[in-house]
Amino acid sequence: MHLKADVLILGGGFAGMALAVALDRYKISSVVVDTSDPVKMLEKNFDGRTTAIASSCWKLLQAIGLDSLQDKGCPIQTVRASDQLKTPDLCFKSSESTGPSGYMLENRYLRQALYEATLAAEHVTLLQPAHAVEVERHHDGVSATLEDGRKITAPLLVGAEGRGSPTRQAAGINLTRWNYNHAAVISTLFHEKPHHHIAHEIFYPKGPIALLPMQDEEGRHRSALVWTVPRQEAEAVKNLPKQPFLIEVSRLTGDILGELDFASQPVAYPLSFQFSSKMTDLRLALIADAAHGIHPIAGQGLNLGLRDVAALTEVLVEGRRLGMDLGDAILLERYERWRSLDNFTIAAGTDALVRLFSVPGPMASFVRRIGFKFINRLDFIKSFFLAEARGDSGKLPRLLTGNSL
Amino acid sequence: MKASAASHSLSTKEQTSDKKNTQTSSTIDHHQATHFGKMAKDWWNPFGSSAMLHRMNPVRLSYIRQAIDQYFVTAFGNPFPLMGKKVLDIGCGAGLLSEPLSRLGGDVTGVDAASENVAVAKAHAEQQHLKINYMAGDLETVEDSHFDLITAMEVLEHVADPAEFIQAIAAKLDQNGLLILSTPNRTLLSRMMIIGIGETLGGIPAKTHDWSRFLKPEETKVLLEKAGLVMTDIIGMTWTPLRGFSLSHNKAVDYLMTIQKKS
Repeated sequence: MHLKADVLILGGGFAGMALAVALDRYKISSVVVDTSDPVKMLEKNFDGRTTAIASSCWKLLQAIGLDSLQDKGCPIQTVRASDQLKTPDLCFKSSESTGPSGYMLENRYLRQALYEATLAAEHVTLLQPAHAVEVERHHDGVSATLEDGRKITAPLLVGAEGRGSPTRQAAGINLTRWNYNHAAVISTLFHEKPHHHIAHEIFYPKGPIALLPMQDEEGRHRSALVWTVPRQEAEAVKNLPKQPFLIEVSRLTGDILGELDFASQPVAYPLSFQFSSKMTDLRLALIADAAHGIHPIAGQGLNLGLRDVAALTEVLVEGRRLGMDLGDAILLERYERWRSLDNFTIAAGTDALVRLFSVPGPMASFVRRIGFKFINRLDFIKSFFLAEARGDSGKLPRLLTGNSL
Repeated sequence: MKASAASHSLSTKEQTSDKKNTQTSSTIDHHQATHFGKMAKDWWNPFGSSAMLHRMNPVRLSYIRQAIDQYFVTAFGNPFPLMGKKVLDIGCGAGLLSEPLSRLGGDVTGVDAASENVAVAKAHAEQQHLKINYMAGDLETVEDSHFDLITAMEVLEHVADPAEFIQAIAAKLDQNGLLILSTPNRTLLSRMMIIGIGETLGGIPAKTHDWSRFLKPEETKVLLEKAGLVMTDIIGMTWTPLRGFSLSHNKAVDYLMTIQKKS
């Protein structure tokens, strides 16, 4: 069997599926090849994480027709950040005009919605589970051969397989990477008091702890916990008995939400940073974690991936409108230019934030608090931080503004 | 700026006398045809000797697309706005413009003075599964007429006799057809940008251009008028190190025109 498409996407995670669905809206066809088993992927326990979706990326999800997410996301109206619960803290309130800074969305809902949209899309062929055993890029096109002998050809290859992207490795694109000495312990908590749509991030030298507001479930208030701990302590923290675990969380977060209970068991994820030297090559574009994986301290990982999707979609739709070969080097160069600075700024900023808040001792803490005080007084810096968190800074791909192309 | 064809054409028997550049019956400038022919194999390398042209391509295509949508009343997002239209790309080179016009649905004929270019164009279109009618020679070679769209991008400055060339284009254009033409302006800035910088540092092959042959927009307009054509729109194209090529009100370096027949 021989399949032809406009774009061959390897990797059907969030970014790969979102790209296929976005392109479909502009009648650009794609074949998505993913190795995972969709039945397992959609099980409730496959991925218990919750992600903060920046409001611009939320607009993208709406623009590509994921209406079912409308009532699943919990708006974040206020972000409070403090250094070890000392005052002053930094407080970013969103206004009527700007809308929420983001939405907390459970990964499983996003995965479900994207999967359904991918299946429903007229111009998307999802091959899953499927393995590409041979991938070739030539001057006149790309091709992939699957284990079962099926062959797919297209003018453009997109690598969307996440951090370990075999496509990136095969292209010989260098990677800068390091592991943080940190792991994130993640869980969902029920709590007594309402969260009032406030996201709390409290910085400790050992790592930040964050409580992020979620939709109530079965009449109980919920928040997502992202507790960053030294890597060697992660297992121990994760395996703490319930009561000591919850008491420690209460203590570190100043008991803001009242009595706590588990809505899901804690899971530990090691944190690492990686950044590829380039995002494109001959008839190849890398998107999302295949090109950059960052520390989740500011909740930007998935958002950066969705911004890649929005930019690449816009570049390809414009290329199609001009009758260009979708693998044209000049189109790919546009995508790379558009995305690489933004990705690097956020990755570097995030890395700096991690290091800044990891310095122990009263002097460092004093400097941070002075910094907070300073930022608190300067509205323009605050609006910059807020815009960055919302994903509004820089020249935006149109899909991120909620407009169609 | 680089161009594609070497030359030009003419329609016919009437013009017999004063050919300045060639000894043959046509008005192709053979010196230029040979120059472009030598570059043929590198045409499709976006980082090779035609790099500037590759970079210019999306910009001039966006102008052409806008003109198509306006003139033929096609929707912004219509993937095939040239469906059912006869298109002639004069000075097609290796098909950098002919291929997009074909993907947009056009029934495209591409003509170029350098047969090496046409050979590369044919091979490339075949790889891309595009059906384009390529031919080597001048405009006389093209038997068909009544084209709905004719493009002559960066060609005028390379032809031996611009007046005759434009006459010949007019003869091939349908009464309701659209002509899009681009060419460098003859200003000090264009001399500096195209020859001074472009052909020394900017990757445009040396001796691609002869500045004294460049036409100012007013001069081109006069030639159009004489051929029974009327210009309906003009825009400039500029280049800056930061933004690369872009359309602009500044016409001092290069300009693009939308042209129709006088009704």
